[in-house]
Amino acid sequence: MATTETFYEVMRRQGITRRSFLKFCSLTATALGLEPVFASRIAQAMETKPRTPVLWLHGLECTCCSESFIRSAHPLVSDVVLSMISLDYDDTIMVSAGHQAEAILEDVRTKYKGNYILAVEGNPPLNQDGMSCIIGGRPFVEQLKEVAADCKAVISWGSCASWGCVQAAHPNPTQATPVHKVITDKPIIKVPGCPPIAEVMTGVITYMLTFDRIPELDRQGRPKMFYGQRIHDKCYRRPHFDAGQFVEDWDDEGARKGYCLYKMGCKGPTTYNACSTVRWNNGVSFPIQSGHGCIGCSEDGFWDKGSFYHHVTNTHGFGIEANADKVGIAAAGTVGAAITAHAAASAIQRIKQRSGEHHEENDKA
Amino acid sequence: MYSGVPTVKRTAVYVYQTPVRIWHWVNALSITVLAISGYLIAHPLPSLPGEASDHYLMGTIRFFHFVAAYTFMVGFLFRIYWAFVGNSYSHQLFTLPFWRRRFWSELLHELRWYAFLEKEPRKYVGHNPLAHLFMVIIITVGGLVMIVTGMALYSEQTGLGSWQDELFGWVIPMVGQSQDVRMWHHWGMWVLVIFVMLHVYTAIREDIMSRQSLISTMVSGWRMFKDDRP
Repeated sequence: MATTETFYEVMRRQGITRRSFLKFCSLTATALGLEPVFASRIAQAMETKPRTPVLWLHGLECTCCSESFIRSAHPLVSDVVLSMISLDYDDTIMVSAGHQAEAILEDVRTKYKGNYILAVEGNPPLNQDGMSCIIGGRPFVEQLKEVAADCKAVISWGSCASWGCVQAAHPNPTQATPVHKVITDKPIIKVPGCPPIAEVMTGVITYMLTFDRIPELDRQGRPKMFYGQRIHDKCYRRPHFDAGQFVEDWDDEGARKGYCLYKMGCKGPTTYNACSTVRWNNGVSFPIQSGHGCIGCSEDGFWDKGSFYHHVTNTHGFGIEANADKVGIAAAGTVGAAITAHAAASAIQRIKQRSGEHHEENDKA
Repeated sequence: MYSGVPTVKRTAVYVYQTPVRIWHWVNALSITVLAISGYLIAHPLPSLPGEASDHYLMGTIRFFHFVAAYTFMVGFLFRIYWAFVGNSYSHQLFTLPFWRRRFWSELLHELRWYAFLEKEPRKYVGHNPLAHLFMVIIITVGGLVMIVTGMALYSEQTGLGSWQDELFGWVIPMVGQSQDVRMWHHWGMWVLVIFVMLHVYTAIREDIMSRQSLISTMVSGWRMFKDDRP
């Protein structure tokens, strides 16, 4: 159980030197886009603040968020974060099991009432009384509501918790529902992505623990520091977009030269995430860098926006899937033909009328 | 009696004031540029060879789109202003006599005229009811939808906190996500293209077949009537 140990004490106990600790502080300040002076403030906060307990719940999910989180690029960050947050409950990676494990939830709820952070990976299904996801013999939605009732804030890990993701894709038979539609009375920080970037996850959690407040969020509840811009805005292939140089085929010259993947359906221009700056796997690469377009995994309903290889979205509700261009060209063609026919009919009618008038005049004469 | 002198008396009314006429043609030009450049943004031209630093084609196309968009938008705002200060025909674009029975009966008559069921169209100083309805739906409502969705997309590059974002950024989560806004903006383009086709055709047809002038009216401002009957 968490004690009143500070982050710094815990880290020292874990064998982290003061030098490494200060390096971590300045690195975190840089990652969060803060002024240099904040490095010392982070250090000060971590030396004096007691650790905050974090409860990590798992609903309908694939554990890709956890997989990402435990691979946080800088070993220091993952070490520190895993030891500094008092991760008191995470049913996927915790040692204890059964009643012993479930008892922790109740324990933290009463001991740290209003003072712990609830991290949710996955989402609750609401159909059939929520029985598509059972945790400890009860529907997940019940566990979620109970634990959320006394928390300080909720972190929605990944696209599942933030938007619904694949289990909420059409027709969503289990009625998988994102966390913010179930928990409505707590501040919710959405960290979408399938999965989110490891450093984004640790960055968000570090910010919340050290500053004891929620990072600045955008309209949809995502931290601005990581989701304030699109992949497209910081993409290293952007000059090729502006120049009009595109990959037209998967194995053409443009693909070999690393041209823009816009025509291959890259969702970079519509996706808010930090992939093009933070990148993945120790900053090694990200999808576009490896030659495949972005699929927009951190955007709402990205499973239901048609092919990953077309950027003009299909429109549902027309019986068949249609895209604007197909229907637009067909409609313009139809209207064009109708105009031509109407013009011809008008001309014929006018000629008839004219000759009628002509006859009348002739009759008069 | 002087023989050879036309027996038909022609009357004329000043309908479209100069600012409205200028607005109309500026609008026509900006919509044309917007539709073409917009289509090329969704479906870029074939890839260019060489270094990226040698070209700025996509950038230029997008620049034209944004310049035309601002022109369209400033024109739209000006047109709203002119509806207040202009003559009585200038606010037709923003008002629809929805509850007036006569409007609907005249609309029906106009539809019958286009279906060759009426021998003769009626005379209108301003828009005929069918044109009036289309103008309000496509130019006013449709134009507004295009401005709002377009500015929301534009705010994505000006960034969080920019005035474009403050004013129009809310549209994106309301519609769904960025991709949905793009989709509806793209649909809007096709609606406008089809409207322009119909508008140009009916303007030419009415200029020839109706009892009043149309095309020259949008140049000179004067509506000529070809006969003196009611």
